Amino acid sequence: MITAERKPMDEIMGMIDGCGRILLVGCNECVTVCAAGGRKEVALLAAGLQMASMKKGRALDVREMTLERQCDPEYVEELAPHIDQVDAVVSMACGCGVQEVARRFKKTPVYPALNTKFMGASEGPGIWAERCQGCGDCLLGLTGGICPIARCAKRLMNGPCGGSTNGKCEIGNDVDCAWHLIWERMKELGIEDRYEDVIAAKDWRTGRGNGPRKILREDLA
Amino acid sequence: MKTESVLEKVLASGELAVTGECGPPRGALPEVVQEKAAMLKGYVDAVNVTDNQTAMVRMSSFAASVFLRQMDLHPVFQMVTRDRNRLAIQGDIIGAYSHGINTMLCLSGDHPKFGDHAMAANVHDLDSLQLIQTVRGMRDEGLFQGGAEIKNPPKMFIGAAANPFADPFELRVARLAKKVKAGVDFVQTQCIYNIDKFETWMEGVRERGLHEQVYIMAGVTPMKSAGMARYMKNRVPGIDVPDEMVKRMAGVPKDKQAQEGIDICIESIERLRQIEGVSGFHIMAIEWEEKVPEIVKRAGLYPRPQV
Repeated sequence: MITAERKPMDEIMGMIDGCGRILLVGCNECVTVCAAGGRKEVALLAAGLQMASMKKGRALDVREMTLERQCDPEYVEELAPHIDQVDAVVSMACGCGVQEVARRFKKTPVYPALNTKFMGASEGPGIWAERCQGCGDCLLGLTGGICPIARCAKRLMNGPCGGSTNGKCEIGNDVDCAWHLIWERMKELGIEDRYEDVIAAKDWRTGRGNGPRKILREDLA
Repeated sequence: MKTESVLEKVLASGELAVTGECGPPRGALPEVVQEKAAMLKGYVDAVNVTDNQTAMVRMSSFAASVFLRQMDLHPVFQMVTRDRNRLAIQGDIIGAYSHGINTMLCLSGDHPKFGDHAMAANVHDLDSLQLIQTVRGMRDEGLFQGGAEIKNPPKMFIGAAANPFADPFELRVARLAKKVKAGVDFVQTQCIYNIDKFETWMEGVRERGLHEQVYIMAGVTPMKSAGMARYMKNRVPGIDVPDEMVKRMAGVPKDKQAQEGIDICIESIERLRQIEGVSGFHIMAIEWEEKVPEIVKRAGLYPRPQV
């Protein structure tokens, strides 16, 4: 999923300074799962913004909505009947959702209430960790199902650096050494000899190197 | 001979090679480079010039290496993949070679977190192994990494680092084998304090005949104090300082600890040179270059061969 965390209250308040009425829009997808921008978080932030405004002696009208998917024009359209009645939209979706709302409604400012973080997975209650950087040319088949691009601090593709200690990365004891994990997994699978296959320099054009990316499926278009 | 590198010539002659290290200054201070280099002249075959080591901005390895060339010293031009993409890397390699720099060391580099620009983006377009492949391709095939032909390709003698002390230990021989496969000519190891562990690693290296495919230079760093020993033991990732070494340093009076550190270093060299497959020594006397002549002389590595 795409993970996110809410911005500090002061920053959000700064963005909506001068607004009397806002539309606070959550998303039912990833940000609901990572407890950053679902219906519940929309209600919490709405209350928080109103309280913060009251403290400043100002009234703030917050309309709450949570869309099925904020990155999908079909659902974003549901905001249309409300958009002219507000000074701004505050989006609690990931950056994709924020931009989709901005694309549809040209005249209303859209502010992000979240910082979009990474594509990751849940490692336990309240813990999400990065798993994928969307390089566009998956090499998990070569690395035992563990991604060194997303999970090695130096993005090393051919083995651990000299700073790997007791399975941990040199940047901190709370970070697993991706190559230690890969090596252990290769051993479990009995394919440790494959470690010595050199992974050649990557063609980053499949990633961000070629500019903004787009998928076009002729069969669906 | 693959290159004109003096280090290659010494290693190929079968003599134990010696390299030193020069960390460039944090400012436009050519005299600092020149002073450090002058202390090493005549006592080492080549001098590593570090590349923004510990992720701190310093005079570039390229520029400092040129100062060494002007003094008729032979730099080992270090390059990390942290700070440059493959365009900048290859441009610098051609530039360095144009200035008579023919030996380099391919590294991934310390993480920016350890330096004073923790906010910097780390590049890692290539990893250290892919950098080795790139430099070899430039030399042996005369091609850029992108496939185009190079006019007057740079002929670099290609080095890399090897750390027998990092984890997982059982992977560390394979890691060297992989660098050999990528085309490395010589490696310099992390500072060796745990000689038993290094010997175990070398056994694995010999079992696979890797010592016949790559020159292995044992890395040594004299310790200045018991404090430094403890710091290296506890704080520097990938360095293994046995307890008895810390105890030995701590067991002598403070004003004698520096001498003790030099003595330990020389004893280490004496023991390491007995190990089959060790082709030389990389003496990293960090901000202590003036001690290199004493170490080289007392270790019986002086005078340096003329090749």
